[in-house]
Formats: sequence, C-alpha cells, structure tokens
Amino acid sequence: MKISSEEVAKVAGLARLALTPEKTARYAAQLGDILGYMDKLAELDTTGVEPLYTPVDQVSVMRDDVVEKDYAREDILKNAPETDGAFFIVPRIV
Amino acid sequence: MSELSALSLSELRAKLADKSVGAVEAVEAALARIETTEPKIKALISVQAEEARARARELDATGPDAALPLWGVPLVVKDVLATKDVPTTCASKMLENFRPVYDATAVAKLKAAGAVLVGKANMDEFAMGSTTENSAFFATRNPWDLSRVPGGSSGGSGASVAACQAFGALGTDTGGSIRLPASFCGIVGLKPTYGRVSRFGMVAFASSLDQIGPMTRTVEDAARLLQVIAGHDDRDSTSVDAPVPDYVAAMRERRDLSGLTLGLPAEYWDEGLAPEVAEACAAAVKKAEELGAKTKRVNLKLSQYAIATYYIIATAEASSNLARFDGVRYGYRAKDVDDLMDLYVRSRSEGFGDEVQRRIILGAYVLSSGYYDAYYRKAAQVRQLLRRDFQVALSECDALLGPVCPTTAFKVGEMTSDPLQMYLMDIFTISTNLAGLPGMSLPVGLGRETGMPVGLQITARPFDEATMLQLAGVLEANLPGIGHPAL
Repeated sequence: MKISSEEVAKVAGLARLALTPEKTARYAAQLGDILGYMDKLAELDTTGVEPLYTPVDQVSVMRDDVVEKDYAREDILKNAPETDGAFFIVPRIV
Repeated sequence: MSELSALSLSELRAKLADKSVGAVEAVEAALARIETTEPKIKALISVQAEEARARARELDATGPDAALPLWGVPLVVKDVLATKDVPTTCASKMLENFRPVYDATAVAKLKAAGAVLVGKANMDEFAMGSTTENSAFFATRNPWDLSRVPGGSSGGSGASVAACQAFGALGTDTGGSIRLPASFCGIVGLKPTYGRVSRFGMVAFASSLDQIGPMTRTVEDAARLLQVIAGHDDRDSTSVDAPVPDYVAAMRERRDLSGLTLGLPAEYWDEGLAPEVAEACAAAVKKAEELGAKTKRVNLKLSQYAIATYYIIATAEASSNLARFDGVRYGYRAKDVDDLMDLYVRSRSEGFGDEVQRRIILGAYVLSSGYYDAYYRKAAQVRQLLRRDFQVALSECDALLGPVCPTTAFKVGEMTSDPLQMYLMDIFTISTNLAGLPGMSLPVGLGRETGMPVGLQITARPFDEATMLQLAGVLEANLPGIGHPAL
C-alpha cells in the first residue's frame, strides 16, 4: 500500500499535527512500508467473524450516579500552562 | 555492590521483619547503588531521595508491621504511572513538568503496603518502542553490556532491577513492554491477565491491551508484588472483580511439574530464532520435562498475522488516547500561538517525539473513513481468531512455552532507523496482549554467543497467574541462576 505525502499531511492535520515537508516525505515512505505489511491481513477470510474490541466481557459497568469531589480546583489548575486562578485560559475563540 | 543491595525483595522483607535491617538502611542501600550505577545505565528519569528517606524514617519510627507486605521495601516505578506530586513524564517533552494530583491505584497500593518509592524509571516515550532509546530525555543502557539496549518500553525498570538499584519495579506491557526488557536484562517480568490489575493513573497507550505488572529478580518477588497490586478498582471499569489467590502460598504447594501439560507452539520454535536463544529455551523445556511436565507441540497458526493486527489496533487506540494532549489543561504548550487551532497543532507537534507522531498518524489513518473496515475492523476480527487459537491450545495445555524474543539484547542504535524492523521484534509477545492472557519472562541462561540473558516466555489461561508462577518458580529453583551483571 502506497501512501502519498498529501495523504500523510491530511491525516496529520486531522490528528492536529503539522509536519515539515521533509518529515512528511519520510513518514509517507515509512507508513507505506508498514501499511504494505499490514495488507497481509486481507489474505484471511474473516466473513462472519465478530470483531474483538476488548478481551474482557464486562464492558459497561454500572454504578450509582453520585457526585464525589476528589480534587481541589487549585490542585487541578497547578498543571495548566495558563490559568486565571479559576479557569484554564486559551487564546480568544470568538 | 553491598550485600544488602544484592538481596531479593523476599529476602529483604524477611530481614526487615526481624529488624536485622531497617527501612532507612534499605533505602540508603538503594540510593547508594543508584548513585554508583546510574551514570552507566541511566535507568531513572527522577530519583525521590529525600521523600524516600523521610518515608523510611517514619516507617522505622513505628517499626515493622506484619500487616504491610512490602514494609520498608524500596521500589521503582515506570514513569508512565501517576505519582502524587512527583513528576510523571512518560519520557516525553509533552509531560516534562507534569506533577499528578493523585497516585495511580497500583502505586497507591504499593505505598499502602509499606513500600518506599525511590525512583521513576525511563521508558520509550509514551511506552512506544522496544529499546528505551526512544525516550525524549536519554537512552537507558543494558547493565550486562553497556553497548546494548535494555529492551523496551519498560527498559528503565528492567535495567534498574537488574542493576540492583531497587528490589523490584512496576512496568507496563501493551505488546511485550514488561517481558522484553525482563528478557534482555535477565530478570523476571510478569504481564498479568487483562483486567487483573487496575490501570487507573496509568497514562493510557492502547486501552484494550495495556496492563501493569511486576519486574523483579525472583519469581517469588513477582508473586509478592502482584499480590499487592491485583484486584478490582472502582476507578477502572475494566478491572475484573474476581478473587485474587494467594500467589506465594500457591508457589509453595509445588515442588515439581508433575501433572502439567506444556504446549510448545510450532510457530514460536521452528524458525527465525538466534541459535543461542533456541538452545537456552530448549534446555529449560528439557528441564521442565525432567521435573515431570508433559510437553506437546501446538499450533498458533495465525501468529504470522499478529504484528499487523497489533499495530493497527494499538495505533488506533493510541491516536484516540493521545488526543487529550492539547496544551490546555496540562502538559506542554507552544509559545506565541495565533489562535486555538495553532495552539493545539503546535503544542502537539513540538511536544510529541517522532515515533509517537508516526503512530498517531498511522492510527488516525486506519480509523479514517474509507480505511476503517479494511484495517481497524479487519484487525479486530483477526484478533478474535487469534484468541480462539490460544483458547484451543490452552484447552489442551496448562501453559505455553516459547522464547520472549528471537534474539538477545541488540546493540544501541541497531534498530532505530527502520520502524517496521523494530515492530517485528515484538513477534512472540504481542499475541498475549491481543488475547488478554497473562504472560511472563523467566531468565533461563546466558546466550552462548553474546553472553546476554535469554528469557523464556510462559503464557497461561486467563486469571491463572498462579499456575504461571508455580511453573516459573519450580524452573527457577532447578536451573542454574545467571547471577548479577558485573557493573
């Protein structure tokens, strides 16, 4: 499977990554090799096979909907790059 | 090396319990060993010397407590596990200054059991890699040969324990990241069954594959750490609410391997193994037979598809999990951005390393419209078939044996240029994660050619870590030990 530099750049954009042209070309070659290797799965007939997305059976575990306050606001904000002491600050949106 | 540092966790525990060694003494031994070995192996991203000393003094003030199974034991944890107020970097520039406000459940359980955290171990960035060269900070070296890699991604944990910096460590294993470094560094590494240990507070890589597990110098040590961290946790809905057996008691029940049937998957033994790996592993199988085990050939026919399946599923999940790093609430933020989109894009592009970006893009690609069915859904179907293969093999056998890796530890720099070549090193370990099974690496000798440790992989039925530990314990007791690396 070949993947073009344009496709790599497009998918990178969807993942909120910006690549230099050099890196885009390098990734395109490497991802082409990796996807080529992955294409061997097409050899297998998986008609009617239920996909396995997780190895545990208990996927949705219910619990009571109770509010718990585990952490203080100031502690949570300590790791933020920018705050006003009460909120996370980001560049102006509107 | 001091006599104290060379003790196993279980031996140290006995000395702490009878007060012939104090918690401060144990911690000082660990810190002294870290000071002499760390310049050579670079296993740790941070060392919590003062916190560890203070904690040890508190413990000594009250004295040994038989109710605390790890009282006074110095341990290291991989830097992917959240530690309250202690930097948790994932070996990434993205989290270089991140200090969690809580402990991961596994870490909290270790602390509650009396353990003392002395260091946070190096790793491949966000656990993506097989050599621990892919850390944003520095590469870790193998204590047996400083020109070789320790394996990855839990290579810091593996090197640290092998070098006797601490008496045990926690690693994480998404596709072999505990078992591979355990094999390369000549220690015991155990990946529990998916659901056995809570992942709350582990920075997620691939959520349907990740598990936390012990890395230690003996099998009994691994049993003791697993005992503490296993069990259900309300904060991780994938942790299974099943009873946790007494693993050490189970180990004591067995002196030989009579009554056990061990499967030897043809796909793991028949080709592509370095002769020294094949020899050491075959000698261990022969020993198992002498000890009463029956062995039989089994087939895991879909093994050749496991790497492709794994790298589709793991990267897809990683691309979703790593979307949370946006430069807003925590982590790296780019300077002088134009607008919110620019903040996201530049923070992520500057904060993530090369392999992490490559995997995010690959994951986003296999999930994208038009490719989802051909890659992601297809891989999930093959995963189902792979699991069935294991179910059949494990319905006839109590456990499966094979090598952990086709080779012993390779040279630094040997695998860094071609990502696909690196992915292929995971060939024997990743199926265990896809099937959600428990697996471990047991050191069974030093390779005739390289003199480097060889690990035998044991795979067992879901939630049957007890059988795996029994088998490993009996083999360990009956094989010549490999000793400690001369550092």
